Amino acid sequence: MTPSRTETLVRVGKPLVFLLCLAPMGHLLWRVVMETIGANPVETLIHATGDWTLRLLLITLAVTPLRRLTGQVWLIRFRRQLGLFAFFYACLHLTAYLWLDQFFDWRAIIEDIVKRPYITVGFAAFVLLIPLAVTSTRGWTRRLGRRWKTLHRVVYFIAILGVVHYLWLVKADRFEPILYGVILAGLLAFRIPWRKGNQSGVN
Amino acid sequence: MLIKPPSDIASSEITPPAIWKRRREFIQASAAGLGLIATGGLLTALPGPAVGGEAIPNLKPSPLSTDEPPTSFKDVSRYNNFYEFGTEKYDPSTNAQTLRTRPWTVAVDGECESPGEIGIEDILTGFTQEERIYRLRCVEAWAMVVPWVGFPLGDLLQRFKPTSKARYVAFETLHDPEQMPGQRRAVLDWPYREGLRMDEAMHPLTILATGLYGELLPNQNGAPLRLVVPWKYGFKSIKSIVRIRFTEQEPPATWNRMQPNEYGFYANVNPEVDHPRWSQKRHRVIGEGLFAGKRETLPFNGYADQVASLYSGMDLRRFF
Repeated sequence: MTPSRTETLVRVGKPLVFLLCLAPMGHLLWRVVMETIGANPVETLIHATGDWTLRLLLITLAVTPLRRLTGQVWLIRFRRQLGLFAFFYACLHLTAYLWLDQFFDWRAIIEDIVKRPYITVGFAAFVLLIPLAVTSTRGWTRRLGRRWKTLHRVVYFIAILGVVHYLWLVKADRFEPILYGVILAGLLAFRIPWRKGNQSGVN
Repeated sequence: MLIKPPSDIASSEITPPAIWKRRREFIQASAAGLGLIATGGLLTALPGPAVGGEAIPNLKPSPLSTDEPPTSFKDVSRYNNFYEFGTEKYDPSTNAQTLRTRPWTVAVDGECESPGEIGIEDILTGFTQEERIYRLRCVEAWAMVVPWVGFPLGDLLQRFKPTSKARYVAFETLHDPEQMPGQRRAVLDWPYREGLRMDEAMHPLTILATGLYGELLPNQNGAPLRLVVPWKYGFKSIKSIVRIRFTEQEPPATWNRMQPNEYGFYANVNPEVDHPRWSQKRHRVIGEGLFAGKRETLPFNGYADQVASLYSGMDLRRFF
């Protein structure tokens, strides 16, 4: 692809991806306003924002494998945007829990974080996402240099925590968390330097 | 015959007209939705088909009913845990139309003098059907108020003359993956099983429910016959019962066997004993909306005055 065509693709693609990533939130808000959110709106909001955090994390982690497999280098230019949207849904997820579920009852919240393993790992995943979101800017990328890559590899660990968070909260039907886990395992396996020539860009 | 004008239904007195209206709209929307479902349309976007719904005549009100406002029919009949029809809350109301509730017989055996079978029609005509408006507290920390229709479990049990050896009562749900598509996956150890101690089973608050909101149970709520034990977590109230057995030993209970550290055999509502993965101190009331917050959970779900004596001297932390 010629450089100018790539530029057009990215220029058109970015606002498009932006809107697509906002669509799940828009849909949830629509359901709240139209009162079609169901019998337990708080549960629905928490589950849906959690689902979208995980999905966007996996989509973000799929960018590099996809780029390699297709040879479409420009795909990498969507990675930051997708990653930041994963963080955005994680923020919504946490806010829904702190506000709508717990009504800022800090004692109950701290007790949850300390006593409930699935909340402990979920909260840890969120905290670890913060430095990644903060250092996602061009300036920080430059400033950190090689260390940026090392820092941002924490996202693999975060995604694992995210899947474990889901796995540990379900009562009996582990189909969905296992599905997320299998996809994540595939995406992580792709990064293992099986072949020569795959050793440099483990991102 | 069961069909009668609805003039003598007690629930019409307690149900705000707006809710009835919504229910009618829901049924109409469902009927319209059925066509789309048949064409393989947007399954999840549509309300489930209405099933059950035949009026139950001559309902007797009960002093054991709560005067708290009932949860809307729409929420009661759509927000369900009934894994036999899928593990998502709206799965049962979408999938349960495959359940055939007629004919239906319940086998009663074990430690009793006259074991036998009883058909659902005999159950509906042979026992005085009452309206029992009960709080329902799910182990997942949400709650509803449901205007059940039913009769004391003890009335049915007495007919089969339990012997002195009968210390427990075991219940079993239908096991038929053809009718219950959720049973095609081993999410739980099918069939669903539950049990009560004899004194719990004979307690006047314990009922077998045949209906809700003055009408026969919708399939997704456990038609045609389910247990309701209002001071215990909802999972004790086993649905679509086909077998009742008197036993000398504590019978197996599905959730308890699967995760004994999370789900006790007694499963009495107790704010002091947390589920290992979440607090049981408070719960969310279904239908109160986004900003309602939670309410304090009461011991025995607020029925302590009637039932706490059943457990005097027992360590409720150990026998949770």
